[in-house]
Order: sequence, then structure tokens, then C-alpha cells
Amino acid sequence: MTTASATTAPERPLLQASGVTKRFGAVEALTDVDFEVSAGEVVALVGDNGAGKSTLIKAIAGTQPGDEGEYLFDGEPVSIHSPLDAKRLGIATVYQDLALCDNLDVVANLFLGEETIERGPQAALRVLDEIAMEDRAVELLDSLSVTTLRSVRTEVGSLSGGQRQSVAIARSLLGDPKVVMLDEPTAALGVAQTHQVLDLIKRLRERGLGIIVISHNIDNILAVADRIVVLRLGRRAATFTTSETTHDEIVGAITGSKR
Amino acid sequence: MSTAAAPAPTPEDGQSFRQQLPLRIAQLGSLRVALVLTAIWIVFQSQNDAFLSSFNLTNLVLQIAAVGTISIGIVLILLLGEIDLSVGAVSGLAAAVMAVLNVKHGWGPIPAIAAGLATGAAIGLVNGFFVTRFQIPSFVVTLAGLLAWQGGLLKVLGDTGTVNLSDPTITGLAGTFYGDVVGWVLAAVAIGAYAASGWLERVRRVRAGLAPPSLRNFVIRLAAVAAGTIAAVLVLRADRGIPLAGLILVGLCATGTFVTTRTTFGRYVFAVGGNAEAARRSGIGVTRIRITVFVLASTLAAAGGIMGASRLLAVNQSSGGSDLLLLAIAGPVIAGTSLFGGRGSVWHALLGALVIGSIANGMDLLALASSVKFMITGAVLLIAVVIDAVIKNQRERAGAGR
Repeated sequence: MTTASATTAPERPLLQASGVTKRFGAVEALTDVDFEVSAGEVVALVGDNGAGKSTLIKAIAGTQPGDEGEYLFDGEPVSIHSPLDAKRLGIATVYQDLALCDNLDVVANLFLGEETIERGPQAALRVLDEIAMEDRAVELLDSLSVTTLRSVRTEVGSLSGGQRQSVAIARSLLGDPKVVMLDEPTAALGVAQTHQVLDLIKRLRERGLGIIVISHNIDNILAVADRIVVLRLGRRAATFTTSETTHDEIVGAITGSKR
Repeated sequence: MSTAAAPAPTPEDGQSFRQQLPLRIAQLGSLRVALVLTAIWIVFQSQNDAFLSSFNLTNLVLQIAAVGTISIGIVLILLLGEIDLSVGAVSGLAAAVMAVLNVKHGWGPIPAIAAGLATGAAIGLVNGFFVTRFQIPSFVVTLAGLLAWQGGLLKVLGDTGTVNLSDPTITGLAGTFYGDVVGWVLAAVAIGAYAASGWLERVRRVRAGLAPPSLRNFVIRLAAVAAGTIAAVLVLRADRGIPLAGLILVGLCATGTFVTTRTTFGRYVFAVGGNAEAARRSGIGVTRIRITVFVLASTLAAAGGIMGASRLLAVNQSSGGSDLLLLAIAGPVIAGTSLFGGRGSVWHALLGALVIGSIANGMDLLALASSVKFMITGAVLLIAVVIDAVIKNQRERAGAGR
């Protein structure tokens, strides 16, 4: 399940965070956490509830910036203080609740807030260019091999959970990001649908994206991740290369019974 | 214009989103309303053969113009998942402002009408501000408005209580009828525009390599629009002519449909009604959209009030009161706009007004007692809301296979 390139630690990660610390009042949710992801690599972020996984993701996404911490993007020092900073760098996040509008079709959801406008005099009225959007949506979903959709004009509310996850992931790709963070992408999915989403994550890796996945399901992580970073009580507790670890070893690191 | 407003929907073939079950149910909704309307017309015609006369149908158009206009604003509000209970009171207040400025202060008709509309817009701004700034449910904010603006109506009217309108421009809103030439030219333009836009979309889709919409379906829709438009002109020309009030209502519906289905603003209204949090995270200015819709709804309510005053040739203390508010909300819901937000169409304002207006008009022709009329209208509304809830449940079940 691992690619040869990713089993050896890369020279220069695409995104490197160091010393990320986040306090909520007196509580230190993250303490001096280092984290890195390379292009074409899937890094799983695991840990028990309250270990700081979501806090780390939110710090990198800029929605809840860390109190301390430095970031290198493509080797360049950058700062992430807002979601816009993260977006400009090319960091996209798919949250667990997906944030889709059930009453709109797939195309409308993919382009929500970023609609293509018809050119010419009607641009003043901000007339939607449905054809351009549909064309791009079909192209994007085909390139991701999302083939189970009957039509891109299907209402999102009538899709299966796996399809909804696929739409949410595809949506994050429209801005041509370099790093995609997925929060619990397989939670509450059936076996077949989980498989669909894991396949999709592998295709994102083939595109050369750096991917960060939060998950509680260790089997899924072993199936898709190249490296596994374990957080425990707000600190980075362990790092595993998937090909060299076992289910039990990861559980041990999460619970703190080993290392 | 009734059938033009609701081209008979048919199941589409090919790669159409209408194959999806929930939408098929939603679409059955429009057909359902068309069938209900037909049934209502058959029943009343069988009881009184004056019902479907040109004279009475022209009256029907004049009767629904005001409430239909108010309902357009209600559709926008319902799409957001909000409610506006102040539209009736606002329509009365705006009409009173117009009437008093025109009659007592000697303002010209156009400035007076503009002042009435501006009154509506300002009230919408207040509603939107309180709903968005303090996160108060729109139900409560506009309920307060309902009382406050009724007080405003009494205040503006002053001691006289009733202001009679005689300005030809103002009374002309409901009293102007156009002859054959205007009627047929407008019909040709409407049918031509519908055909051209459908055909253009087809050509562009084919050129882009996308699946074209079903040709058969397009032809059926076009035929329905053409037949409805021609039938409307034939009926109306046989009596007083094409009423300006009807044209205003249809024109507003067409404009509203364009804005809600073809522009980013409309897309954002649906998005906020479907999932406000998702819209916010997509960078949509949810507050701005909400306030804009409240302003539009109150302005349309003011326009409806002005049209109603024009028809009754007066504004009095009961203007905008009685059952106007409930009928304006009931109409779109009966026609299939959801009370739960995110689903509906501006045409439902016209279609719903036709259903409710037909029932009221028919019951008046049969000289039924007010008690019976209220109970029947209430029952119709209840049935419509039940159907809305059932469809919502079905939709959720259809999407539940996650």
C-alpha cells in the first residue's frame, strides 16, 4: 500500500510546521508540535479524542491559528493567520461535516462561492455560466474517476455518503491546491463507500498532492497512508512508516502503553 | 397567463437530473398544482357557468395581481428558510404613504409611488438588520413589525381614516387595459424569447460537448407556454383587454425567476436556505444576502399594496389587513415552495395566487358565507403544508442511503 518514494523520508517537505503551540485559556491543546507532509505523500494524523488532531488541522488551515509555530511552504517561510492565508498557499481542507448544500446539484456545490460568470454585458448581472461550470465539473470528476454519479446535475441531497465525500473532496481541488487536509473522510461510511473514498485519496496522491488525513480507523490508515503521525495529549508521540509498523504498535502509541 | 406560468412538466429522458427521485417528486408538485387548479375551475364552472367567462377571468387577474406581487417577495424569504409576517402591514403602510403624499400633499403620482416603495425598502432594511445583527428569528422580528406598521398605517392616514385615490396614473395601474396589438406583440415576444433562450442553451451545450436537454421535452414545454400565452390573450381580449396589472405580475415573476435561477445572487439565496454554514464557509456574504432579500420582500409587499390600492381606488384603515398576509404566504406554499428553505420557484407566487384567487373568486360567485370561505381556505392551506412536509420526508429518506 505504500509507494517507494514515500517510505524514505523526503529531503524537503512541501509543508513543514514546527513548534506549533495552541492554548485555550490555561489548557495547552498543542505543545511544540512538528509536522510535515511531502508532495505525493499521504500522512495520517491519529490520536485519541482530545489529542489535538483537529486543533493542528485548524491551525494549518488558518481557521484557528496557532499561538506559536513556524511554517515552511516549499522551503519558504510563510505565515498562516487566516483561512485566506492557507488558501493562497494552496492548502485546502475538507471538514467532517462536508459543508454541502443538499438542495443544490453537484455542479452548484462544486463551484459554490467561486461561480463562473458569463462574459459580455450580462457580466454586470453576474449571470452564471452553467455550461462552463458543468464542463469543468465533468472533467474534474472524470479525472478523479468518480464514476458512480449518474449526472453532475444530481441534487447532492440524494447522493450516497461516499459520493458526497467525493464531491466535497473534488470541490477542494478546484482551487488547484498543493496540500489537502481531510478530517475523518471515512467516518460513518459503509465498506464499499469507504473503499471508494480511499481509492480517491490514492488518486490525489498520484497527482502529486500532499495529503493529510485524520482518522480513527487504523485499518483504513494502514491501507492508504505512507506515514502515520501519532498525537497524544497535544504532543507528537510517535511517527511510523506504514510498511514497517503494525496495528498494535499504532494503538499502543495512541493509548500511551508503548514508547 | 396561467398555463404559461407553469409549463406542464414531463419526465425527461437522457442524462437529466430530473431522473432523480426527489426532483421527480418536486416536479410532480408543479403538475399537481396545475391539476388542482384545473379541478377547481371545473368544479366552479359546473356550479356557475359565469366562472370561466372572460369577464370573470379578467376580474380574477385583477384580484390576484396585488397578492401575487407580495407572494414573490414571500418566495424569496421562504427560499432563505425565513418568514416575513409583516408584508401585509407593510403593503398597507406603503399604500397609505403613497396615497397621503399624492392626495393630501400634492405629490406627483410617480414620486408618491416611489416614496411608497422606498418605505417598503426601508422597513425591509430594519427587518434584515434585526434578524442578522441580533440573530432573532425572523418570525418574531416581523411579528413585531406586523403590529408596529399597522400602527404606522393608522398614524399616516390620520383622522380621516380613508383616503380616496383619483390620480389617473395611480388608478391606471389596475385600470389600464391594452388592446389586441399590444396583446399579440407581447405574446409573440414572450413565446419568441422562451423559444430562443431554450434553443440557444441547446446549441451552446452541444458546442461544449455536453449532453443536450431532451428535444421532445423542450418542444412540449414550448408548446405549453405558447398555448397558455395565446389562450390568456384570447380570453382577456374578449373582455376589457390585457390588464396592465397582470402584465406587471407576470413581468415581476419573469424577472424574479431570472434572478433566482440564473445569477450568483439567486444561487446564494438557495445556498443560504439549503445550508447557511456551508454558504458562509464558501465565502458567501450570508448577512448581505439575508438583508437584501428582506429589503426585496418588503419592497415587493409595498408594490403589492400600491397595486391593491389602485384597484380599490382607496386606502383605508384595513388596507393590508385581514387575510392578505396569510394568503400571500399560503399561495407559494400551495404551489410547492417549501417552508423549510432552499426549494421553490418565483412562479409559485403566480401559480399559488391563481389557486387561492380562484377559490376565493369562485366562492364569491356562489355567494358562500364568509365562515365557509375561511374554513375552506384554511383547509387548502393545511393540505398544502402537509404535502410539503411529506415531500420533505420522502426526500430525506431518498438521500438517507449513506
